[in-house]
Amino acid sequence: MTTASNILGVGGAARPGFGTKVRRAFLRSEGLRGYALLSPTLLVMFAMMVAPLAALVALGFWTQVYFDIDRTFTLANYWAIIQPADDPPSVFDDVYGFLENPIYVKLLVKSLGMSLAATLASVLLAYPMAYFLAFRVKRHKLIWLTLITVPFWTSYLLRVFAWKIILGYNGVINSGLIGLGLIDQPLEFLLYNPTAVTITLAHAFAAYSILPIYVSLEKIDRSLLEAATDLGDSPARRFWRVTLPLSMPGTIAAILLVFIPTVGDYVTPSLVGGTSGIMIGNVIQSLFGKANNAPLGAAVSLVMMLVITVLVCLFVWLVGYRRMRKREV
Amino acid sequence: MSKRPIDILFLYALGYLAFIYLPVLLMPIFSVNDSIYVAFPLKDFTWKWYERMFADAGLKSALYNTLKVAAIVSAVSTVFGLLAAKALTRYRLPGKGPVTGLIMLPLVVPGIVLGIALLVIARKVLDLELSLYTIAAGHVLLCVPLSMLVLMSRLEGFDKSLEEASLDLGENGWQTFWRVTFPLAVPGIVASLLLSFTTSFDEFILAFFLAGNETTLPIYIFSSLRFPNRLPNTLALGSLILIASFILVSLGEWLRRRGSGGATESGV
Repeated sequence: MTTASNILGVGGAARPGFGTKVRRAFLRSEGLRGYALLSPTLLVMFAMMVAPLAALVALGFWTQVYFDIDRTFTLANYWAIIQPADDPPSVFDDVYGFLENPIYVKLLVKSLGMSLAATLASVLLAYPMAYFLAFRVKRHKLIWLTLITVPFWTSYLLRVFAWKIILGYNGVINSGLIGLGLIDQPLEFLLYNPTAVTITLAHAFAAYSILPIYVSLEKIDRSLLEAATDLGDSPARRFWRVTLPLSMPGTIAAILLVFIPTVGDYVTPSLVGGTSGIMIGNVIQSLFGKANNAPLGAAVSLVMMLVITVLVCLFVWLVGYRRMRKREV
Repeated sequence: MSKRPIDILFLYALGYLAFIYLPVLLMPIFSVNDSIYVAFPLKDFTWKWYERMFADAGLKSALYNTLKVAAIVSAVSTVFGLLAAKALTRYRLPGKGPVTGLIMLPLVVPGIVLGIALLVIARKVLDLELSLYTIAAGHVLLCVPLSMLVLMSRLEGFDKSLEEASLDLGENGWQTFWRVTFPLAVPGIVASLLLSFTTSFDEFILAFFLAGNETTLPIYIFSSLRFPNRLPNTLALGSLILIASFILVSLGEWLRRRGSGGATESGV
């Protein structure tokens, strides 16, 4: 900048040169200076986020021919996901029978369901705890918060694995029940199914649900609660009419924070899901790995992302999240 | 206030703590259990898994790799996060919303999609050799938004007029940054370093896709979950990580409270 203005400004001492003008405009414009400061981060994020996603989109339109990629544009991968079956069986025999390759749609729907169940479980379990933290704990709040977050600083993989020890054949539950004399043989239906995956996900993402709800509850003006009581509301009514609505922004944030990452989770279903508990993430991984069909994998993952985005936008719009946030401020 | 609801909520809170701690506490229990099978009933007490863990070369190199990656990632993402946080909190920028959205994007894109997208660009477009650096690059992508969020809340927390006063008193932008902004932002910077470090330390799915020959700890743990004979060593390591992170979190909290004068105990 300086050298440029020197070179350009040599001619006229009275009239500022082009470079000086640019420099002055730059210093005067807040936006330009801001963007100059922002540009390294923005460039890196753009190069590492937008470019890979663009490459993934492009890959989704190509085809895998043995070990090479055929780069002619085709919609074949997307067609493979939604292609109707030639001779579809009755809907009552097989819900997904109308599709030629039902596995993708079936697993996507199943993953969304499991993720939704995990989200609900996680948020419903976390709410009373967040309420306790915000309203009942008066002293040592930080100790309670640390106590809650510490388990989530350990390895995610080992936390998931721990559920295998709890639900497994010789696990905590089975040993406990046998020890109590309630059952003779270990129960086998505890592990390797969608329920095990849902429980594990609900546990693994507990911190993501508790913290936003807690922050939202903590922000509530206590005088509003006093006003409700003074005006004759019972504690239950007060909770229903004041506390719950005011804590909705945090609750919705919690729902999104758990739902979005769990749909595509790979680790949990592969460790505790068994064959019946696999999710869409496992299929995507195998398409990029053993199945060696990266273009189809790209298409499936983009469809998954699109479906999640649409569902999230729909949800946010339905509950009026933006209005809520504005009111909060 | 009546006595009963307090008790019910308190009992619930204890139950909830049990729910989140029970799975985690199984790790230290089985790490001193004298059996190769991670199952009940418990056998004798032993330290041998810890001894084997310290002798395990694969685990050691994975740990070393992870620390190296996490150190690079926390430093790099904190620098990028600080630049972005300063720009977004101190300047009125046109198009601030979309820009913030773009930087936050990695937090809402499913990890597996991010992983394969980076794999595609690294292998099929740029033809890069997968290594610890590709893992670090992936982690930077994930950690920059986190760093930025932490630092933005810190920069918003102190008075902008302090910087303006410094500029009015004749310091240039650079001096102002080092003598005013930076010292005030230090607690946020420490928090950002810690958060990026721990995120990178524990991140599995991106590393899983972007790893070359050298593995990081989560990848090592994932593979050891499939080989029962390596498992007790891993549990010993997990227990040590639990203790270490407890110390690290407490240390971080202590630093943060000292940084904010210890006055705001309820602030999160």
